Amino acid sequence: MIYYIVRRIVTMIPTLFVISFLIFFIIELPAGDYISNQVAALKSSGESASIAKLEFMRKEFALDRPFFERYLIWVGLWSGPHGFDGLLQGNWGWSFEFAKPVEEVIGPTLPLTVILNFATILFVYVVSFPIGIYSATRQYSWGDYGFTFLGYIGLATPNFLLGLIMLYLFNIWFGLSVGGLMAPEYIDQPWSVAKGLSVLAHLIVPTVVIGTSGTAGMIRRLRANLLDELHKQYVTTGRAKGLKEGRLLVKYPLRMALNPFIADIGNLIPSLVSGSVIVSVVLNLPTVGPVLLSALQSQDQYLAGFILLFVAVLTLMGMLVSDLLLAVLDPRIRLGGRAAS
Amino acid sequence: MDVLSIDGLTVDFKTAEGRVRAVDNVSFTVPQNRTVALVGESGSGKTVISQTVMGLLPASAEIVSGKVLLADPAKDIPPVDIAGLDRKGPQMRQLRGNNVAIIFQEPMTSLSPLHTIGDQIGEAALLHRNVDAQQARELTREMLRLVHFPEPDRALDSFPFELSGGLRQRAMIAMAMICRPALLIADEPTTALDVTIQAEILKLIKDVQAELQMSVLMVTHDFGVVANMADEVVVIYHGRIMEKGTAEQLFTNPRHDYLKALLNAVPSFHMDKNERLVPIRPIEVKAEDLKKSGVECKVEPGAPLVEMRDVTKRFTLRKGGILGTRPKTMTALDSINLTIRRGECLGLVGESGSGKTTAAKAILRAIDIDDGEILYNRGEGLKDVAHLSGADLMDYRRRVQFIFQDPFSSLNPRMTVNDILSEPLQIHDVGTPDEQAERVRSLMSLVGLDPRFLRRYPHSFSGGQRQRIGIARALALNPEFILCDEPTSALDVSVQAQILNLLQDLKRDLNLTYLFVSHNLAVVDYIADRIAVMCRGRIVEVGATREVVSNPLHPYTKALLSAVPEPDLSAPLDFAALGDKRASEPAAWPEPFRLVDGMVPALVEMEKEHFVCAPGLETGAIRGTAA
Repeated sequence: MIYYIVRRIVTMIPTLFVISFLIFFIIELPAGDYISNQVAALKSSGESASIAKLEFMRKEFALDRPFFERYLIWVGLWSGPHGFDGLLQGNWGWSFEFAKPVEEVIGPTLPLTVILNFATILFVYVVSFPIGIYSATRQYSWGDYGFTFLGYIGLATPNFLLGLIMLYLFNIWFGLSVGGLMAPEYIDQPWSVAKGLSVLAHLIVPTVVIGTSGTAGMIRRLRANLLDELHKQYVTTGRAKGLKEGRLLVKYPLRMALNPFIADIGNLIPSLVSGSVIVSVVLNLPTVGPVLLSALQSQDQYLAGFILLFVAVLTLMGMLVSDLLLAVLDPRIRLGGRAAS
Repeated sequence: MDVLSIDGLTVDFKTAEGRVRAVDNVSFTVPQNRTVALVGESGSGKTVISQTVMGLLPASAEIVSGKVLLADPAKDIPPVDIAGLDRKGPQMRQLRGNNVAIIFQEPMTSLSPLHTIGDQIGEAALLHRNVDAQQARELTREMLRLVHFPEPDRALDSFPFELSGGLRQRAMIAMAMICRPALLIADEPTTALDVTIQAEILKLIKDVQAELQMSVLMVTHDFGVVANMADEVVVIYHGRIMEKGTAEQLFTNPRHDYLKALLNAVPSFHMDKNERLVPIRPIEVKAEDLKKSGVECKVEPGAPLVEMRDVTKRFTLRKGGILGTRPKTMTALDSINLTIRRGECLGLVGESGSGKTTAAKAILRAIDIDDGEILYNRGEGLKDVAHLSGADLMDYRRRVQFIFQDPFSSLNPRMTVNDILSEPLQIHDVGTPDEQAERVRSLMSLVGLDPRFLRRYPHSFSGGQRQRIGIARALALNPEFILCDEPTSALDVSVQAQILNLLQDLKRDLNLTYLFVSHNLAVVDYIADRIAVMCRGRIVEVGATREVVSNPLHPYTKALLSAVPEPDLSAPLDFAALGDKRASEPAAWPEPFRLVDGMVPALVEMEKEHFVCAPGLETGAIRGTAA
């Protein structure tokens, strides 16, 4: 088992390299870069005073080097203008747009992004699990139809619309400040209990808004899985032993139906991040989503690259967690190799 | 005293088309410590009866009338009317597993893959026997020993996927037996198993029955099993009892026409070569239309059509990793030498996993072989199939066709029968669309199906009808050689007889050559001219059918033959001879048959035209393309 975990972690390293290369390649696909675009803009407006400074910056950030060198310098495997100074060395790069190191631009938003994602996944699972079981065991009942209906509404409503409506209602009912992940007075303040509570209160709306479609999808999937399992022979075997229905359900089909449920943890993360960009903009959430959007638009390549890489790392972690959980839950995965021998 | 007495049971199913009567006024009894066989075709209602007794009927089923009285003399439980109990209520739950238990047909799916055997077996004891977990484990161990598990202690903590089908069925029996029920319902307990394992399981049920003094209700369609197991027989057809009595009465003097017909449809070893099975619903073959359009096979009857020379196929079970784990391989075919002559039907027999389907697929060139060559005569001498390409390969594909085992998964559910049958014609660009349509219609009548069914989808046909569609598809291109991969193993006896006769008639009328793969020796005996027996990827015996069946030389063939239950009371299985030692272990065969890894399984002509794999007798001169 330990060997399995180590192997899984070791194989993540080449995966990360491939991902980082792909990210860099795709970000660099549009012609030019942030500074050359600036230069072109300045030239067309007749100003040439600051061009020399921009040319200096191009050298400074190695933008004049060939593609592969640029990539390796970014990762930190090639000696750039400042020696080996890339991601591996802990330098996350420079954001041209904000004229600040990437670290400072997104540093404060990263923990909030992780918290929001974590809360959303928790929400998806906690809500969809009981509903999925209910729908499957009482297939074609009023409750099943009701949840199905709600689920489709959840899938069909645009997230930002739902977000706006909920913000309005929460503001009226509970006096919650509109937008953001905390009340305005706590922004840029050091962490305190009151600030934490404020964050928790503000998490509710975005979590529900971002989580609804995922929850609706998850309910459908769990219901379908469980319905498949409920008619399998081994369930009848259990029943023939005289097991009570509730115990039977939990012990046999539910455990089988859990597999896809767990396997989805890794898949959920990227869709949550990319799917929540509009919501984040509308709700004015200080997450990486809006930052990523503007970075991509303005070809702020190191910023965009780092955020994408960060999401990739989150995804890989999610995959690792789901793989390990699967191995714990399913002996066929844990012992499959042994059986074949 | 009767453990189970069913009186006037009637069960209806509520369907979209209204009520369907599945069981109609059925009455019979199961006395204590006796075995009653409930015999019928699929759809006859026998499983519904077993479900009724277990209280496991689906929600759409309703017991309209009748009584189902279950008593447990050993536990002093007076007769309870199951029909009157709430199926999900506590009283029914108390009976289930405790006083009446069931084993199912499919041992692969009837155990949960995520729980250990010990957990699943012990669960029943925990529920009914008032024991704690430790005692339950002890009882389970004892039960596993009773069902002859090789290592009961280790088996407790093993998962079902680590066990073979036979062992899983043993675990199922242990699970059913752990509370010592008064009645065991065995719902086709051996249909999914190989003959040798079937014999072992049947012996086990008999042993356990003697040990625990219980009654058995055996639900089956196999008269071989009935003859060997049953004291009394109940024959059911369309939900009604046709005939019941002791096994002796029914086998020696069947009175009802349906039972007579069923018995006539079962192939047995003592049939005359010209004797034909009599299916309940025979098919008339009309082959005139097809005969004229076929490609003429230029190979003379009796001359070699296909030859396999030292064919070897290895499967990689697990790939070698970067970290130095060596790849695991399994030899599915080990130096196979086999000749199929034009116009004959060669039966290829063996247990599951013996490599017979692999051999058939290798001839079809559906899989590539690792060593050796497969030669085929397309009228211009034997040529290696592996070198065919382009037009030659297309021509080969037209000549060689395949009939699959499972008629349910071998037809695309989203294609109409017309699409299924005309697809080969379109691929090979045969004729105009009008001619194709004409041909498809004549194919349908060839296999005895109404051409009006062409626009239907496969799901609206029964298993036997689907298999006929599969046969029609194989015949669409007028092939000369057909590989039949267990075409009847998923079918009822009556339908099996129908398909076997159809295949025989087609062979005669269309001058076909068959390779007939099966694990059922009686079926092969009925249809094949010669038999090749396979075990663990090797051919162990080849010869004329009569010769191999009446005078088997190889120990494995002998074991296979002695394990076939015959539908004949005068030829019971020799249960005492079935030792724990399995005859399918080549290293355990006596000299000169013993085979260890790395040895070439050479075939030796021990008698005229009768070859046996006996490396100990090999003189060198007879090796090679024998047989």
